[in-house]
Formats: sequence, C-alpha cells, structure tokens
Amino acid sequence: MELTLHVSLGEGSCAKQPMSRKRSYSVLPGFGLTMGYTLTYLSLIVLIPLAALIVRAASMSLEQFWAAAFNPRVMASYRITFGTSLVAALVNSVFGFIVAWSLVRYRFVGRKLLDALIDLPFAIPTAVSGIALTAIYDRNGILGHTLFQWGIKSALSPLGICIALTFISLPFVVRTLQPALEEMDGESEEAAMCLGASRWETFRRVIFPALFPSLLTGFALAFARSLGEYGSVVFISGNLPMKTEITSLLIITKFEQHDHLGATAIAIVMLVASFAILMSINGLQWYLAKKFRG
Amino acid sequence: MDLMWKHTFGWLSLWLVSVALTGCDGSSQRGEGGVKKVQLLNVSYDPTREFYQEFNESFAAHWKATKNEEVYVEQSHGGAGKQARAVMDGLEADVITLALGYDIDVIAERTKLLPLDWQSKFPKNSAPYSSTIVFLVRKGNPKGIKDWADLEKEGIEIITPNPKTSGGARWNYLAAWGAALAKELGGMEGIRKATPEQRAAADKKARAFIESIFRKVPVLDSGARGATNSFVQRQLGDVLLTWENEAFLALKESGGDQVEVVVPKLSILAEPPVAVVDEYAKKHGTQEIAKAYLEHLYSPQGQQLAAKHFFRPNSAELISTEQMAKFAEVELFQLKDIWGSWAEAQKVHFDDGGIFDQIYQPK
Repeated sequence: MELTLHVSLGEGSCAKQPMSRKRSYSVLPGFGLTMGYTLTYLSLIVLIPLAALIVRAASMSLEQFWAAAFNPRVMASYRITFGTSLVAALVNSVFGFIVAWSLVRYRFVGRKLLDALIDLPFAIPTAVSGIALTAIYDRNGILGHTLFQWGIKSALSPLGICIALTFISLPFVVRTLQPALEEMDGESEEAAMCLGASRWETFRRVIFPALFPSLLTGFALAFARSLGEYGSVVFISGNLPMKTEITSLLIITKFEQHDHLGATAIAIVMLVASFAILMSINGLQWYLAKKFRG
Repeated sequence: MDLMWKHTFGWLSLWLVSVALTGCDGSSQRGEGGVKKVQLLNVSYDPTREFYQEFNESFAAHWKATKNEEVYVEQSHGGAGKQARAVMDGLEADVITLALGYDIDVIAERTKLLPLDWQSKFPKNSAPYSSTIVFLVRKGNPKGIKDWADLEKEGIEIITPNPKTSGGARWNYLAAWGAALAKELGGMEGIRKATPEQRAAADKKARAFIESIFRKVPVLDSGARGATNSFVQRQLGDVLLTWENEAFLALKESGGDQVEVVVPKLSILAEPPVAVVDEYAKKHGTQEIAKAYLEHLYSPQGQQLAAKHFFRPNSAELISTEQMAKFAEVELFQLKDIWGSWAEAQKVHFDDGGIFDQIYQPK
C-alpha cells in the first residue's frame, strides 16, 4: 500500500502541479524539520546498516575480496539470480500490464476481488508462497506432474526459480501501472482516433509512451524485489551449486560455514549491482518522462 | 484530543518498558509457592527435536524430585552449521547438542565460550548416544538398493542435504567415502594396512563414487529434516541418505506403508557430542543445572529415551534386549580411522575449494 501511495504521489505531483517553492504554501512543518527527520530516519534504517556491511568488508584484502566475491560458484549464482530475476520482471511487465489494463479500463463482476488478490504475493510470507508453488509445480504436483512428463522441469530448475520470482514480483508492476492508467483521461486517445489513427497506432504512439515510464518503474521494482528473494525460491529450486543456487542462498550458506567475510563480500557485490541497476533504470525513466512530457 | 493522545502514549511507553524489563529478566526467578523456576536453552541440530522434547520432560521431573526446582528447557533446532553460527553470534545457549564435534570446536576456537578440551568434560568423548548413516527407500525397495555400491546404478535419484550446512550430510558423505575405500582396499583392516600409494589410488576411486552420487542429487536441502521432507512429503528421489534415527522416525511418521529402512553392511559411527557453553551458563547462573542436564543423558532414563527415539545408546546394558533388537547389525567405522580428525576431514572435503566444491565445478 505504501508503495502505491509513494509512486502515485511521485508521478502525480511531477506531472500535474508545477512545483511551488514558496514557503507559505507548505502544508507540512518547515523544510528543516522534515529534512532532518528524513535524514535521521534514512540513516538509522538504511544507511548505517549498509555502511556496517562495507566496514566489515574493509578488513579483507583486495585479493581476498576478489576470491570470495568472484569465484566460479559465486559467478554462477549471480548469473542465475540476475537471469531469473530479469525473466520474471520481463514476464510481469507484459502480463502485469495486461492485468493492470483490465482492472482499470473495464468494469466487470469480481473486479474488486481480483484487485485485492493482486496484493496477496506482497502480504503472505514467502515461505507460504514457496510451499504453495511447490505443491503445484513439483514433480508430483498438480501441474508439475504433466509438465515433467513432457520433459519440462517446473521445479528444481531455473524455470522453477523464474516461476517463484514471477509470483512474488507481480504486484509491483500492476500497482505501479494502475495509477498511471487511471490518470489517463482518454481525451488524447479520442483525439488520436479522430485524427485517423488505427487502434494499434493509438496504443503504440499515444497510450504506451505515456505509460512507459511507470512500466519501467514497475519493471525495476519487480527486478529488484526478485534479486533479493530467498524464502520462496529455496523451496522450489534444487539449490545445487553452479546450477540452481541463488546468491541469497549462497550468502546464507557462507554464514553457516562460519565464513562471515565471504558472505559479506558477496553481499557487497549484490548491493552495488542492485544500486547501479536501480539508478540506471531510474535515470532512464527520468529521461523518458522528460522527453515525453517536455 | 491532544491530551488523550498523550495519555495513551504515556501508558503505551510504560507498558513497553515493563514488557522489556520482564522479558529481559534472567533465567531464574521465584514462581508461585516459592518454587524456584529455572530456564535452560538447548541449541541442537535438526533431527533431535522429538527426542529432546521428551527428554526435557524427563529431566524436569528428575530436577523437581531432586532439587525441588522447576526447570523449563527451551529448544532450538536447525542445520548444525547454522546453529553453531547462531551461538557464536550471541544466541545464549546454556548447552549445545550438535551433530558433530567440529562445529563445537569452531565455537570453542573462535569465541572462547567454552574450553578447547570441551570433549573431555563428559564420558565417552561427550557423546551420550550415537547413530549411523542408513538408507531410506520407497516401500518394496523398487530400485533394489541394498548397499553403498547400489548407489552407482544409473537411473536412480539420491536425496542428501548440503554438507556445507548440514552435519548429517557430512556424515552421509564420509560414510559413502569410507564404504568406497573399504570396498577398494578390502575392508577396514585393509584401510589400516594400506600403503600411502594404495590409499591414494583408493581415494581417487572414492572420489569418483562421491561424484557419481552427487550427480544423482536433484535437490540439496540445508538440513537433514528438509531432506527427509523432500523424500517423504515431496516424493523426490529413490533413496534418502540419512541418520538412522531420522530414518526410523520417518518410517514411524509415515505409518510404515510408504518407505522402508535399508541398513548397509558397513557405515560410519556418528557421534553427536554435547557440551555446556560455560560462559553463557556462568552468565545465567545455570552451570550446575546445565551439567546435570547433560549428565541426565547418560542416566538409565536418558539412555532409554535415546533408544526409544532410535539413537544408539552408549550404555547398551541399560537397555532391554527387545529395544536393542531394532538396531541392525552393522559394521561401524570411526572417522578417526580414516581421516584422523574432524578438522582434517573438514579441511580436505568441506571447506571452500575442498573436494565437495570441486565436484560442482565444471570440468
């Protein structure tokens, strides 16, 4: 819920109202107070723990860090984690788009219920998702049984990881797109139609460009969420080194082997990579939004 | 409105503080009727939960009768590596009962929470009960798995947890390795007499055997219980390598019509040790009771309960012959016969870059 609010506020305020810098218009207490609170809060909750991670890693030499963070087994886990997350985020960008579209544009019986269901992957513990998915996609599961017969391994394989990640990251795309879709008034569509554009052209040249920045945000959030997922994946994945071992699992395994530094090194790589990806997607989104609106 | 909010807030903070204070309070306090209440935390490994549940009741009754104190034992279970880490990171266990000595060695070496010679503090190398590694197969043994060599058959799937995190999995691995060595060199006697060259050649064969086993493993769970669930609940694999006690428990839980236990001719003597975490016990003032708790494991009641939960008791004379009958005859070799010590086995096989890691590296 928090996320929806955040996104819609961000989008809405940028798009509609020109930013007012006059002090008298401010509704919240003064800039100093809110900014101070924001910085303290962010430091306590986010920055200090992350800094501690880096401090901990600082006791390693560069060679040690390199050996711990980039050996073949760890590299394989990065490939698996980033690869499956990318697939899950892409799948959700397509199907999440359709879901959001149907929920906003059409009125049908059970729409509210369906809308509420979207949040379920947010709300339920990831272990529950893991068990539920395993029950269906495992070799003896309802669907998995048939899929395995066709030679499709829907569990204990990278495909299984993709399924779990798609499940848990669906709400991010849908919830990010919904406000943007609701914001579209339909006038520009009508105008496009009146000017002789076909349905496909209207979608491709009018609707989609307006939605693309939100879709990109949704994609980035789904991707980021997938990178960090652990609970549901360990159930459905085979957890085999080099094949189906995700990075979060590897970090925990390192910890259980009493190798704190090794775990920290991998964690830092994940931190930096996630940050870089989010930054570049945000940058791209900002650029596109500016280009489209300006 | 403002005032009311302040009141609510005041009460709330007062309540939080009081909860925090009572929650943090130490492990002993006076209960009703002046009976002293004591709390103990036992940090254990994966498949001991059922045994310790019953054992804790037995100990509580014993302690009440001898000292008139009420003791409540909290249990924590998981893969042995994780549990050892939790204690090192500050889980204040009064006693630890882990799957293998190496994990306790690591705690002693790195944190000084207990002395390095912890293993000499209780009889029989601090191992009140032992177990071994056996096979659990599907009912009727459709794949005909009778001994270690059958694990090389093509077309079977094997379930075993990850040796990196599970103590039981390390015993599985070493049992298989030892069995392969014995096959090559002509039994345990042959291993003892082998020249270094012969041993090296046999180790090579054993490694190939281990590789062929792990090629057939579709899922690596982090602990023994997870592997049991994969095999019994999720119906994965044809054979589960596991603790004898875990195999019998799974047999009992599943009602006996789904799986059966197969005992190989030769296996490893697995001795899960116990220890008092001195520093934490001192802090909690529970040294005496923690020691008594572990000593109770060696008592007739403790040994009988261990046997009831399918652990091999260390004092077989305390157990009735019928109860002993369920433990199949099996030749057991000791870890030190082949690797000298846990530290050595750990270094060669399970540390980063060790043989287990090499198995998964692409050739």
